[in-house]
Amino acid sequence: MSEPLLQVAGLSTQFHTQAGVVKAVSDVSFSLERGQILGLVGESGSGKSVTGFSLLGLVDPPGRIAEGSIRFDGQELVGMPQPDLRALRGKRIAMVFQDPMMTLNPVLSVGTQMTLAVRAHDKVSKQMARDRAVEALTRVGIPDAGHRLDAYPHQFSGGMRQRVAIAIAMIHSPDIIIADEPTTALDVSIQAQILHEMRELAKDSGTALIWISHDLATVSSLAERLLVMYAGTIVEEGPTARVLRNPRHPYTRGLLDSLPATAPPGQNLQQIPGSMPSLLALPPGCAFAPRCSFASEVCNGDVPYLVTGPSAFRCHHPIGEAK
Amino acid sequence: MSETFLSLDAIIKRFSPSLSVGDQIAARLGAKVETRSVHAVDDVSLSILRGETLGLVGESGCGKSTLGRIAAGILPATSGTASLGGEAVMINGRKTTTEVQTVFQDPFASLDPRMPIGDIIAEGPITHNLITRSDAKSYVGGWLERVGLDAGFAERYPHQFSGGQRQRVAIARALAMQPQLLICDEPVASLDVSIQAQIINLFLKLRRELQITCLFISHDLSVVRHVSDRVAIMYLGRIVEIGETETVYSSPSHPYTRALLDSVPKLVLEDDALVELRPIVGEIPSPLDPPAGCSFNPRCPMARDRCIKEEPQLRAMGTGQQTACHFSD
Repeated sequence: MSEPLLQVAGLSTQFHTQAGVVKAVSDVSFSLERGQILGLVGESGSGKSVTGFSLLGLVDPPGRIAEGSIRFDGQELVGMPQPDLRALRGKRIAMVFQDPMMTLNPVLSVGTQMTLAVRAHDKVSKQMARDRAVEALTRVGIPDAGHRLDAYPHQFSGGMRQRVAIAIAMIHSPDIIIADEPTTALDVSIQAQILHEMRELAKDSGTALIWISHDLATVSSLAERLLVMYAGTIVEEGPTARVLRNPRHPYTRGLLDSLPATAPPGQNLQQIPGSMPSLLALPPGCAFAPRCSFASEVCNGDVPYLVTGPSAFRCHHPIGEAK
Repeated sequence: MSETFLSLDAIIKRFSPSLSVGDQIAARLGAKVETRSVHAVDDVSLSILRGETLGLVGESGCGKSTLGRIAAGILPATSGTASLGGEAVMINGRKTTTEVQTVFQDPFASLDPRMPIGDIIAEGPITHNLITRSDAKSYVGGWLERVGLDAGFAERYPHQFSGGQRQRVAIARALAMQPQLLICDEPVASLDVSIQAQIINLFLKLRRELQITCLFISHDLSVVRHVSDRVAIMYLGRIVEIGETETVYSSPSHPYTRALLDSVPKLVLEDDALVELRPIVGEIPSPLDPPAGCSFNPRCPMARDRCIKEEPQLRAMGTGQQTACHFSD
């Protein structure tokens, strides 16, 4: 087996603020194969978005990658000069953000933005760039793409706008698309359409996908592998269905039990007490220990090692493996 | 069987744009000025029994929040009446009762950032003479403890709390008015899953303790299923299906309800399962210009001629719920 497409090792991203050092991402490692769909799940403040930004070198000061390496197709991205990173961004690694109203420029027509995206990396004529834009819009299911090209973002509905953002991300057939909560702002019926299309597009073009979300169900219908993040670290990783069927980390278990679908209607849900610790002052041992019902002395002192196996987890008191 | 508590009767709500000065003059002079109004709620009638929780589900723009605000006496209806125990909630644009209170979606927007939370909670009860100013401290402390916060937090300001804690404050503020009916407008939509579970449990506990009637508005089908006795599905300003929660979820009869339930991603626990997603085609039509006949007809796989010509009315189905569809049974 050759080197994976993307190999992240020991990544730590920190923000140096007046209040102290915010450890947004601590010691995150994972790899991504060509064409694979990877789900990255966590609650707000778990570091999942910052992980995505770090991959693209989009962490702005006072944030910086403090440690670790990100190898993409044989090149090291950490410390790579900005011009080289720019040549990769959008061309080989693209990103789709949560809110398409924030990512699309409201004063430029969609066509202008798309031709800019094409010509940023490929020296082609305007007409050719336009043709590629039409093709990309058609591929994401926007009807009458030729005419819609002259429309402005506000003339599209939320779902259509997100399709435009996806079309822009797909326009160079990148190796990886990082999608940060791309369907969170959308209605369920539109979300189902986008999920369906993203999966087809990824399959057809061989693009690998990192799908960042807080919603376990969405990720489970899409991703082959699942990473669960809590307070900046990966607490569990493995094949999606396996992790969800037999979670080893108490936090993963707690997340699953919190879903309203798991308890009979009207009955109390299993809740995780408390809330996530501040990333400014993480507890010394396992970050989940203060909320964990299995926590003991050792959890408050030592950061648990990553235990590898069919699914990997970081816990001193893992939940037993099902037969 | 208990009696009807909240009754909404043929509620219609239109939002019309305010006319420009030129158009106002033209209208005065008798010229025809075209105004397009948003049909937010279109002839909705429903009732909630005392002690019951009705879930109101729909996608953005379907009019569920507008309907909730009319029931709460926050917005006047264009026509139709909302009444609580037989008495109108609003008369001539003024709210007439304190028996209905609302918990809003975003606790960052619904709490005054410049008021300590103790004052936020006490303001209503003092104004309406439920308590005296001297009782306020112990009264507020009692409610804070009831929603799972420390009574000593009363001096703190909203920004000192997390989202889940703020939503607890918002719930305490609504309940401190000792309402009979609580309108919850997407109360957990902005919260993380683990915090969402805490707030749902709190809601279930308080509902048991206070025997309160509730209108629970949400776009999240699994949350609504969990807390509601009955559920109403809204689409483009109308109720398309209403019935016992389990009936509607296990045998949905309106094509929209079915499609909506199919669209919700489920947890996949089998290895290599290829999940079939069956999205509804198209998008919600503009409420400025709703389609003729059944409003779901442009997206409905079952639509026929009759659906374009004739608006379906709610009628009883074999399975027990009421559905507004020409072809369901």
